[in-house]
Amino acid sequence: MRYNARGGDGETGGLRCLFVDLFEYQARDLLASHGVPVLPGGVAETPEEAEAIAREIAQPVVVKAQVKVGGRGKAGGVKLADNPEDARARAQDILGLDIKGHITHRVMVAQASDIAEEYYFSYLLDRSNRTFLAMASVAGGMDIEEVAATRPDELAKVPIDATVGVDEAKATEIVDAANFPAEVRDQVIAIAVQLWEVFSKEDATLVEVNPLAKAPDGTVLALDAKVTLDGNAEFRQPEHAALEDAASADPLEAAAKEKDLNYVKLEGEVGIIGNGAGLVMSTLDVVAYAGEEFGGVKPANFLDIGGGASAEVMGNGLHIILSDPAVKSVFVNVFGGITSCDAVANGIVSALQHLGDEATKPLVVRLDGNNVEEGRRILAEANHPLVTVVDTMDGAARRAAELAAA
Amino acid sequence: MSIFLNENSKVIVQGMTGAEGSKHTQRMLASGTAIVGGVNPRKAGTRVDFDGASVPVFGGVAEAMKETGADVSVIFVPPPFAKAAMIEAVDAQIGLAVVITEGIPVHDSTYVWAHARGSSTRMIGPNCPGLISPGRSNAGIIPANITQAGKIGLVSKSGTLTYQMMYELRDIGFSTAVGIGGDPVVGTTHIDCLQAFQDDPETEAIVMIGEIGGDAEERAADYIKANVTKPVVGYVAGFTAPEGKTMGHAGAIVSGSAGTAQAKQEALEAAGVRVGKTPSETARLMREIVAS
Repeated sequence: MRYNARGGDGETGGLRCLFVDLFEYQARDLLASHGVPVLPGGVAETPEEAEAIAREIAQPVVVKAQVKVGGRGKAGGVKLADNPEDARARAQDILGLDIKGHITHRVMVAQASDIAEEYYFSYLLDRSNRTFLAMASVAGGMDIEEVAATRPDELAKVPIDATVGVDEAKATEIVDAANFPAEVRDQVIAIAVQLWEVFSKEDATLVEVNPLAKAPDGTVLALDAKVTLDGNAEFRQPEHAALEDAASADPLEAAAKEKDLNYVKLEGEVGIIGNGAGLVMSTLDVVAYAGEEFGGVKPANFLDIGGGASAEVMGNGLHIILSDPAVKSVFVNVFGGITSCDAVANGIVSALQHLGDEATKPLVVRLDGNNVEEGRRILAEANHPLVTVVDTMDGAARRAAELAAA
Repeated sequence: MSIFLNENSKVIVQGMTGAEGSKHTQRMLASGTAIVGGVNPRKAGTRVDFDGASVPVFGGVAEAMKETGADVSVIFVPPPFAKAAMIEAVDAQIGLAVVITEGIPVHDSTYVWAHARGSSTRMIGPNCPGLISPGRSNAGIIPANITQAGKIGLVSKSGTLTYQMMYELRDIGFSTAVGIGGDPVVGTTHIDCLQAFQDDPETEAIVMIGEIGGDAEERAADYIKANVTKPVVGYVAGFTAPEGKTMGHAGAIVSGSAGTAQAKQEALEAAGVRVGKTPSETARLMREIVAS
């Protein structure tokens, strides 16, 4: 299972939009709101803000890049600072830093903590077994995957019955399965119950605390957390919409989102529009194969306009794709099922009329399914100079790739 | 024969009076499905007319089953109320519950799955197009007029890819096509369908369509190797999908599979499944098998 920083279901490269990953500072605030002990601190977008936060809390502080990608420490995204001026300077260093393609727009400034021991604790959706799972280990810190691979008996995995959840007894079972030391046992049990509250009440699919740390005074704290929320639950989690990361989204993706389009920007030259996530995913593949023949031309985007494929949605989709300067040709790939091909063809024709001079790039259209002859007739009759109709998906992909390479 | 659904299936629709529910009830009736009732507690006792077919509305699933002998429910209830609707269907012990609703929170579907464990109800979906046994019955939103009855069994995560494949192979036809849905937690899996197709005397060959994410295809490959003697042709979408950027570590530990299209293709091929590079090539592979 993979979790995608872009906010997809994490497993289809963001192509089926479901899950939303939070920044560390958002996760920390969410945990704190459910009573989980965390260190004082705040989030800053400027060095001045970082300094101001550092003044409010005990020194030294740690300044951490807020990016949704692992390995920020090695990339220079985590720095200690002895005083507020120093925090300002470190924030200056880190803001704007490119960490594996993620630009740092914010830093979190938090009280630095000495760590006596590091543990690991998570709740997540275990997709394969269709249940929730708790995982806990006293061998926490950076590399829990390594622990799982080399010392699996040190990572306790306890399935959670979704109809029952985690009460104190279940939390005790998890904590004891992981052999937490007696001096922290009660604290960790309490935290396990609170983390379950975060997981269940916030409609999370992942709550991972790593490290769960014991400070030298024996207090257990969540020092870093990853939280993924279920976008499908927004109807009952109205405050979650504000947690989505508008700032770092691609401008085309942001524009598409405003129009309720499921669009993901990719690196290639062939703009793609299709109906249904699976068919569009398949279209990307077919275009990439065809592109191998034409100097490595690739799909420029993923855009699923859904089953309906109405003229309005088609127009919105074409508008987004045609405003991408990287796009050299467009492949419209629609299967007419519930919405038959004549309706889709009419949609394309009226969308092009509406776009007028804005439509400047060649369009390859492939229609298949209900009433396909009528759909093709409508496109032929409209005889738009930019439109080529190709009967098969493979042939159309080839033509679109060829046009993009020309 | 067919799997899960046949000409004797008596179908009720939960959420029949809503916009999607009524539109698709009409379509299901038009494709020959025996729709015997709808469920809506606020409209119990009324009837809805669909082009001359008058369908009674019941207050609950159990009552509808008692009055009509229904054994299949198709659920169009919107996400906020879908959990209760699914639980009602399970508690009434209906044989098959097909959940079309898209956008159900995964906490709800996981809860329902845990609740349904050990029950006699088979659940398909959520977020799926349903299933069709062409010429016999159609439970969901799959267009009925793109294919015909025949000897191929189809199981797929994706709706439009299912339609594409049904259309490409329409001359050979299908015993049953099942869209199991793309959500992380679904009631019926690839394996459940493979098993049913293996046991169905009418099904001669199976098309399995998967896509990146999870390890359902890898598990299906293991199942095929051990249990399926009928020829299986596969297709996996998502080779060029952008790679997910790993955040937490928890997921990878649990699944043990990268979930990539490549990993799925390799697993399927190792199990003797011929995997097409495109939907058309997949259809071609199926033609070779059925012709030989």
